[in-house]
Amino acid sequence: MTDNPKISIRDLEFYYGKSRALHGITMPLHERKVTAFMGPSGCGKSTLLRVLNRIYQLYPNQRAVGEVLLDGQDILSPAQDVNLLRASVGMVFQKPTPFPMTIFENVAFGIRLYEKLSKAQLRDRVEDALRRAALWDEVKDKLHMSGLALSGGQQQRLCIARTIATRPEVILLDEPASALDPISTGKIEELIHELKAEYTIAIVTHNLQQAHRVSDYTAFMYLGDLVEFGTTEQMFGDPKDPKTKEYISGHFG
Amino acid sequence: MNRARYERRKLNNTIFLLTSLLATAFGLSWLLAILGNLLISGITHINLDLFTKMTPPPPGEGGGLANAIVGSLIMSAIAVAIGTPVGILAGTWLAEYGRYSRFAQVVRSLNDILLSAPSIVIGLFVYELIVATTHHFSGFAGACALAFIVIPIVLRQTETMLLLVPNSLREATSALGAPTAFIVQRVIWRSARAGIITGVLLAIARISGETAPLLFTALNNAFWSTDLNAPMASVPVVIFQMAVSPYKGWHELAWAGALLITATVLLLSVIARIIGSEDKHR
Repeated sequence: MTDNPKISIRDLEFYYGKSRALHGITMPLHERKVTAFMGPSGCGKSTLLRVLNRIYQLYPNQRAVGEVLLDGQDILSPAQDVNLLRASVGMVFQKPTPFPMTIFENVAFGIRLYEKLSKAQLRDRVEDALRRAALWDEVKDKLHMSGLALSGGQQQRLCIARTIATRPEVILLDEPASALDPISTGKIEELIHELKAEYTIAIVTHNLQQAHRVSDYTAFMYLGDLVEFGTTEQMFGDPKDPKTKEYISGHFG
Repeated sequence: MNRARYERRKLNNTIFLLTSLLATAFGLSWLLAILGNLLISGITHINLDLFTKMTPPPPGEGGGLANAIVGSLIMSAIAVAIGTPVGILAGTWLAEYGRYSRFAQVVRSLNDILLSAPSIVIGLFVYELIVATTHHFSGFAGACALAFIVIPIVLRQTETMLLLVPNSLREATSALGAPTAFIVQRVIWRSARAGIITGVLLAIARISGETAPLLFTALNNAFWSTDLNAPMASVPVVIFQMAVSPYKGWHELAWAGALLITATVLLLSVIARIIGSEDKHR
């Protein structure tokens, strides 16, 4: 593999209180590639994703042990400023989470956190983000309407626009299309294709076809273990582990 | 299927429904009787004089409640001005920062105690704290007593409303790299705004009828006074004073004052409901 790892996960363990949810995961996330995490419910794929921006820290009793190197820096070390980390590792959640404010403000929100821009510059950035999230044409005439008034699929693309507006390096997608209809799902998948030119993307998905369609690399997880990791082509064409083979052929999960 | 058994269930259901209906009718009828009585006795004395003239000396011919209405407005306004920020900030601390800590649990139970404390106890406390140390009754002391009633109501309501804001919204805001204070001010408060405003309105409704905490803090004043350093009249205390007197003119004014307070509380509740329901449709 000639790709560069943007993130290297090493011997990562995760605890919810005393129960261990991840059993020593070691794997890379390659730069400007899409890595899909699949596996049955409870296998730890979302948990793993939530370590990468340390969002789990919002809750007491959740704890990660091991190393996660982002460009060589261990993001789990106490020295890592968690807000700066999250500014460079963006996340989109399963359920769309528009903020209770206008469409424009939703996208401008994250930009304003870290940059002081003129009104014109801010407008450009918001437009750019909405265009890249393939939402601009649908909302350009109603930027001052509430973000909550959009449809579910539009809300999810608004959240993606909000995430890319802050110009992160990595984007984490936690089942971003599972609450959406097929047309919206298609739009999101197209979007992922375009975004990987600039971003390193990790996506958790329940949907095997989706993992196959959108990703370059695939990780298969089961009960907190990383069963197999490889290129998507190899994982779907010639899986090495019998469990992976079974899962991909739809025998369980 | 056992037909008889089913029929018996159906009968049970009917009886239960009827009993519930009767209980509701019984409870409501008393409420209607109170409101009706208040309306009949009070409405004839609601006129311009009520709002423009001072409380009359006995036997209370003519005159109004102007000084009491203004006193009530001033003390309520100050109580809300003190109680609302304290209540909202403390409620925010409980919901957003302290949430899981043991100290927060202690604060929560202390607030519950304050919430259900008899208001006369709060009046006594403020008497000791302010009246006894300054050696005189004052509008300010009355406002403080009312503020101590506002704080726990607003605090509880704020916490409840913030806990209703889904964690997904906190995660989404954090995921952009926003510090907690920013998340709370820009996103969480905004989501819970209607609920918090409702809490403040309900607190105002609650203090607008409170008599006990004002009896030995603001006392009363037969004259026009907006001096916070002097005793101040208030509608509930004036009602109390006039209602226990033997004068017919005073009785009539007391009825008018009672109707005025009830109408205010009703209006505030209706506004609170409208704000609450609008939020759901947003």
